[in-house]
Amino acid sequence: MRINSFGDLAAWKDKCPRKTDYKINVLVCNGTSCMSQDSEMITRMLEHELNIRNIIAEVRVIKTGCFGFCGQGPIIKIEPDDITYVQVKVEDVEEIVEKHIVNRTVVERLIYKETNKAALSENDKGMNFYRKQMRIALRNCGEIDPENIEDYIANDGYMALAKVLQEYTPEQVIDIVKKSGLRGRGGGGFYTGLKWEMTRRFPGDEKYVICNADEGDPGAFMDRSIMEGDPHSILEAMMIAGFAIGANHGLIYIRAEYGVATDRLRLAIQQAKEAGLIGKNIFGTDFCFDMEIKLGAGAFVCGEETALIHSMEGLRGEPTRKPPFPSEAGFRGKPSSVNNVETFANIPVIILKGYEYFSAIGTKKSKGTKVFALAGQVKNIGLVEVPMGTTFREIVYDIGGGHPKGKAIKAIQIGGPSGGVITKDFFDTQIDYDTLTGMGAMMGSGGMVIMDEDTDMVKIAKFYLDFTQDESCGKCTPCRIGTKRMYEILDRLTKMQGKPEDLDRLRILAENIKNTSLCGLGQTAPNPVLSTMKYFREEYEAYAYRTKRTTYAIDPKKCIGCTKCARNCPVECISGKIKEPHYIDESKCIACGACYQACPVGAIIRP
Amino acid sequence: MIKKILDTSTLDKELLVRLDAYIDSLEGNKQEHLIHVLHHAQGLFGYLPQNLQLYIARKLNLSGAEVNGVVTFYSFFNEKPVGKYTISVCMGTACYVKGADKVLERVLENVGVNKNEISKDGLFTVKDVRCIGACGLAPVMTVNGKVYGKVTPTDVDDILRHYRSIENENK
Repeated sequence: MRINSFGDLAAWKDKCPRKTDYKINVLVCNGTSCMSQDSEMITRMLEHELNIRNIIAEVRVIKTGCFGFCGQGPIIKIEPDDITYVQVKVEDVEEIVEKHIVNRTVVERLIYKETNKAALSENDKGMNFYRKQMRIALRNCGEIDPENIEDYIANDGYMALAKVLQEYTPEQVIDIVKKSGLRGRGGGGFYTGLKWEMTRRFPGDEKYVICNADEGDPGAFMDRSIMEGDPHSILEAMMIAGFAIGANHGLIYIRAEYGVATDRLRLAIQQAKEAGLIGKNIFGTDFCFDMEIKLGAGAFVCGEETALIHSMEGLRGEPTRKPPFPSEAGFRGKPSSVNNVETFANIPVIILKGYEYFSAIGTKKSKGTKVFALAGQVKNIGLVEVPMGTTFREIVYDIGGGHPKGKAIKAIQIGGPSGGVITKDFFDTQIDYDTLTGMGAMMGSGGMVIMDEDTDMVKIAKFYLDFTQDESCGKCTPCRIGTKRMYEILDRLTKMQGKPEDLDRLRILAENIKNTSLCGLGQTAPNPVLSTMKYFREEYEAYAYRTKRTTYAIDPKKCIGCTKCARNCPVECISGKIKEPHYIDESKCIACGACYQACPVGAIIRP
Repeated sequence: MIKKILDTSTLDKELLVRLDAYIDSLEGNKQEHLIHVLHHAQGLFGYLPQNLQLYIARKLNLSGAEVNGVVTFYSFFNEKPVGKYTISVCMGTACYVKGADKVLERVLENVGVNKNEISKDGLFTVKDVRCIGACGLAPVMTVNGKVYGKVTPTDVDDILRHYRSIENENK
């Protein structure tokens, strides 16, 4: 099908196959996480089982993008029954086909079991994981086949672009985005409409729309999931941005680590080109747009927009001083707007439903929804999209299901290596850009790593410093040398070789690096240290004053003398008689934690 | 200016022809495509020895230093040969809080190398990598791109045994 006019798109949409054309739709997650657990094989088995039963014509198997429920993958969802099966194995497929699809009974054992609800969840909307979510950026993820443009078109795909080209001037588009209140979802939270307006205003014979898909924050994977699950929405939004700012070229800069996402974007571009949706005279108008993918090669700093632009030009990905901002002199020195994947994913919805719809969601200064990646010590690991203003508690406990083993959650790290920790005193804070900055953390890309009572915060800070100093590009001194010195202090502390003065030295160094670094990487690198020092000072002091226990011990009041710890100890340093309190020889203890894991009554005292 | 003499005698001629074809197929300013060319070259040759870097520099009309500067800036590019199997242990935060450091330790111990080194039998190279975005499966390691999730140190031994046995069968 080739689209030459607005009417063509509407006509194509009418012809696209819909879920209602089939008696049953079986949706199989084919995101990276589920794919690594054989979801492709599951898809093939499903088709095979349906084939041998001769019902393949009534049932459609859809390979979708990420459902977000990654910790429970592989996931299969059956519509219109709205039943979700979790942790499905290849050998379960036959039972699902036979019982559910043929005999219409639910396979109870594969349904997700809620922690805080005894009853089995009957359908998705009842699943706690989805109940509080609101999916705008992830609207098509887990709903459509990302490798089939017709699925996207059937769901109003490219309709926003058509609307923009038919009804609006570029200025009106910018105005709509400004009024929606959309802010950049990649880190800083700059107003998207304003960025577009600036890029439009700067003169240039050529301009560029750049999609920042260099999602480097460890623990964040929302951009990858959107690209894998709904690649066309990014292309459509980039073209809308192109129309608004006066650009005819789009570039997507994507991490080399994201193989599946790159393949799906390439395929989507090819399909859109064949349909005439990318190329010359789109919908028969004067608007022309081409699209190119640029691969990264493993450098965290390339998420910074000036570094990203240099990398796209085939150079070392080193940042340069701003101003000039990319909106004035970006790719090839021309005005360029760099926006993040999730930011783009919101655009078609804002256009189709109106800015009023979008700006009604969220808080006063942060509108719409935000996708968070839940990871670490939480039961439901995965992607969660909630309105801005949702509290940490709702995300971690109501949606995330709390700690997998019911332990206390000590802190939430948000914003990756640029962010900070949130302690339990703040779990009821409404999350938006400004409250997070106020707490010394940062929205960043929205990675949330949950840490339980066993986590050593000084070591976590050291872990992040190790990351940033390794990823420092080396161009400016505060970041190159300063983060190295900070790392050395932390290393010394955790080896019990530190001094009390180290704490002040660390803080002063951190503040100087923050104030004097060239780019966002250096300016935010000390954040994990500063915020953990603020909230967990006693842990730092225990190292600095060398009062921290380095070995395990047993609480004689709690010990029941079951001997489990002694049997699990690899260095045989635990002694004691059966049914009597045991004792750890601290001179031999290697602090492996085996006894702590083994103890049934929690009598082991951690270092 | 003295130009360094380019010695391509150690490079496979056939692969060079394929690399040439790729470079010739690129449109526009070829220097802008340097990173893509390096990805392609590493895909063909496995790694980027210095004479190959110089070869690419000459093809794209860049200096050898500029190409080397880019190669050494990005962690994806290898200047040294890599093993038949590249084992990557994810060091993202989610994996770290679930014990990825212990997994890496076990891998290094089992293979008997340091990070980024090739094992004596030429079979394995071990790397620690940035978050691969499979946080739901933490801790994660990959062997030539195949993802192993929720890995324990004991699993490491089983996984490596699997690859060694494939090799023994091939012999």
